Amino acid sequence: MQRQLATMKQSLFDQGYLDEQFVQLEELQDEVNPNFVEEVVTLYYRDSVRLVQNLEQALEKNPLDFSKLDSYMHQFKGSSSSIGAKKVKIECTQFREYCRTGNGEGCKRTFQQLKKEYATLKKKLEVYFQFARQVGPVEKARRPK
Amino acid sequence: MDLGVKPMSYTSSNVSLKSGDGVSDMFPAGLRVLVVDDDPTCLRILEKMLKNCLYEVTTCNRAELALKFLRDNRNGYDVVISDVHMPDMDGFKLLEHIGLEMDLPVIMMSADDSKSVVMKGVTHGACDYLIKPVRMEALKNIWQHVVRKKKYEFKDKDYEQSGSVDELDRQQKPNNNEDLDYSSSANEGNWKNSKRRKEEEDEGDERDDSSTLKKPRVVWSVELHQQFVTAVNHLGIDKAVPKKILELMNVPGLTRENVASHLQKYRLYLRRLSGVQHQNGLTNSFMGPSDMPFGQMSSLNGVDFQALAASGQLPPQSLATIQAAALGRGPTKSSIPLPLVDQRNIFSFENPKARFVESQSQSQTQQHIKQVNLLHGIPTNMDSKQLASLHQSAQSFNNMNMHNHVMQMSGQGQGQPQSRSQILNEINVSDLPSSSSSSVISQPVLSQANIPTSFLGRNGIIASLPQPSTVVDFSSQTTDFAGSNNNINNNNNNNNSFSSKGSGEFVPSYDVFNDLYQNNRPQDWRVQNVQGGLDVSPSVLVQQRFTTSNQKSVGQNRGLSVINNNINKTAYSEIGQQINSSLSDNQLRIKAERLPDMGFQNGIFPHEQHFGQEDLMSAFLKQQQEGVGSVENEFGFDGYHLDNLPV
Repeated sequence: MQRQLATMKQSLFDQGYLDEQFVQLEELQDEVNPNFVEEVVTLYYRDSVRLVQNLEQALEKNPLDFSKLDSYMHQFKGSSSSIGAKKVKIECTQFREYCRTGNGEGCKRTFQQLKKEYATLKKKLEVYFQFARQVGPVEKARRPK
Repeated sequence: MDLGVKPMSYTSSNVSLKSGDGVSDMFPAGLRVLVVDDDPTCLRILEKMLKNCLYEVTTCNRAELALKFLRDNRNGYDVVISDVHMPDMDGFKLLEHIGLEMDLPVIMMSADDSKSVVMKGVTHGACDYLIKPVRMEALKNIWQHVVRKKKYEFKDKDYEQSGSVDELDRQQKPNNNEDLDYSSSANEGNWKNSKRRKEEEDEGDERDDSSTLKKPRVVWSVELHQQFVTAVNHLGIDKAVPKKILELMNVPGLTRENVASHLQKYRLYLRRLSGVQHQNGLTNSFMGPSDMPFGQMSSLNGVDFQALAASGQLPPQSLATIQAAALGRGPTKSSIPLPLVDQRNIFSFENPKARFVESQSQSQTQQHIKQVNLLHGIPTNMDSKQLASLHQSAQSFNNMNMHNHVMQMSGQGQGQPQSRSQILNEINVSDLPSSSSSSVISQPVLSQANIPTSFLGRNGIIASLPQPSTVVDFSSQTTDFAGSNNNINNNNNNNNSFSSKGSGEFVPSYDVFNDLYQNNRPQDWRVQNVQGGLDVSPSVLVQQRFTTSNQKSVGQNRGLSVINNNINKTAYSEIGQQINSSLSDNQLRIKAERLPDMGFQNGIFPHEQHFGQEDLMSAFLKQQQEGVGSVENEFGFDGYHLDNLPV
């Protein structure tokens, strides 16, 4: 099981979903906070919902307020990068670049891509954490809930 | 870092001395950190990381709340880590507040790694800047900032205690290495100070208590700094020892250690100036102290001093000074003595500059400003007479300039050539209604000057050595000098503005940051000047980016004086740490001088002393935004764009 978990994690890294920062989070995990990473990721997905909403609303405005979009995206990027969401972060950077050049279409396109990556990562991490909880500090394998 | 010394001392004892000095024997474990970030994810991660470093962590997601924590627990925290972008308050503003009120080391954090933002952090006095996502390694070492700050505090204490020993050391090595090496000549560039500190701590709790307590800081107002500079000049920079300086200054309540630490910073500033001058091409025009004919002015980039002179507003002397400064800068490196001079010059300079700005179109290149700045920052050899004349003319200019400056300043932003002074003036003035500005003029002269000084400081630095880092340090210094400048000015009776201001809290030319902040800081200057006291609240502001309106600054100056002390200390420590270029020194100087000329807003609204810090901050922030571009780009030339100085 542990090996499976390791493989799962490795593939997330290999596919570029996660980066070094995720490792940092894992290093913070200890007996006191055995599910720290999961906790943080959950926090991220919860909090970023409003950021995504803000962005969606802002993207519907006409004309687009690029500086505001950039500001929202900056926050989002900061958040995403702290959990190591690599692909999401890349989309954020791309989005900001479009903001800088005032490319509204580019922004919207990138944002759709971003949401996809964001959702994909969420699912993958959910699976991963589920697995990790089974494998984790509790030696006994538990039935998935 | 060679901080091995410190930990050792701690590990030896068993008792953790957390409360007083905030540093336990298990240092850096137990370091009390306050983290401010509106992003809950980041906050949680940071909290965990810091806890893993064995620090004591307090988190909050709002800046206002953070300030409340800090205010309620004055000695309850050792270091603050704050995000830059927060919804309720800008991180830099918080940084300023903290520096002003608590003088704690503040580390800024952001996902934004653009140079401009990092520079902003520097100029605002942040001890460090971390790029998100923050790694554990980055947090592990934050304790160094606490130690460093305390080290400087101890240094002051050291001086007091070591007395003649220090003086002797100083005498032997007046311009020692860049490190603040007052405490002992033996401690060259390493942690000797920490050793001394350790000794001090061992010697007595009281020492620790007093050192850890926020000693009331001396606010180096412009006047005070002027007095200081006068004394140093009188003694000779190499022979100036704190004891003698103190005697010459004859300021009640000033201790030898205050002077000693100030002297140290000053020396660093001078050093920086001399180093910077070479680098700054822009400055070339300003440095000539002698009466340079207007013709020489042409070398000044865009500085149309002649024109100004011609207009009659700028007395020939001042122009000469400017020219000299400008010219001097180019060909020669400002020597250490320059800073001293600059301060005076700055004041006088400011006025002319103000004029220039007025006459000149706003489109003047920044260079102009820079040049002007150079003058300020660069200790020109202008003699006091020149200063006096300049100053006087400046005063008149200030009045006029104030208006102009305000306008120009607003326009400034980044590329505006307007001299910083103008900018400052403008900034300051803008806050003040035009009518008030006129009245203020007499007073604000300082304020205006202050601003320019700051700019100059920065610009000067930029000119000679655009080094953002220096700005940071200097900003604090500037404050100090500002005060001294005022003093000098007052002494010379040249600066009417100064004397009127009394407060002269110009940001000492050291205020490298001033330049950077020029945009933002018009207010600082204001605050400083008006107060008339030695309190260098403006200086504090300067350091802190007094963005708030000048008016506000006035009020704040009062309160700021205390803060200034703190800030100054901070600044100095920073300066010591970061002394990058003498340019910054120059800049600081300039600023200090400028302020008087500029007649801070404080001066403008003498009666309006109740400027809230908030206002200042906001104003400053605004300014910064405007000027950020310019400031950041050109370290030396921020703000001081004497574009209107036709050669």
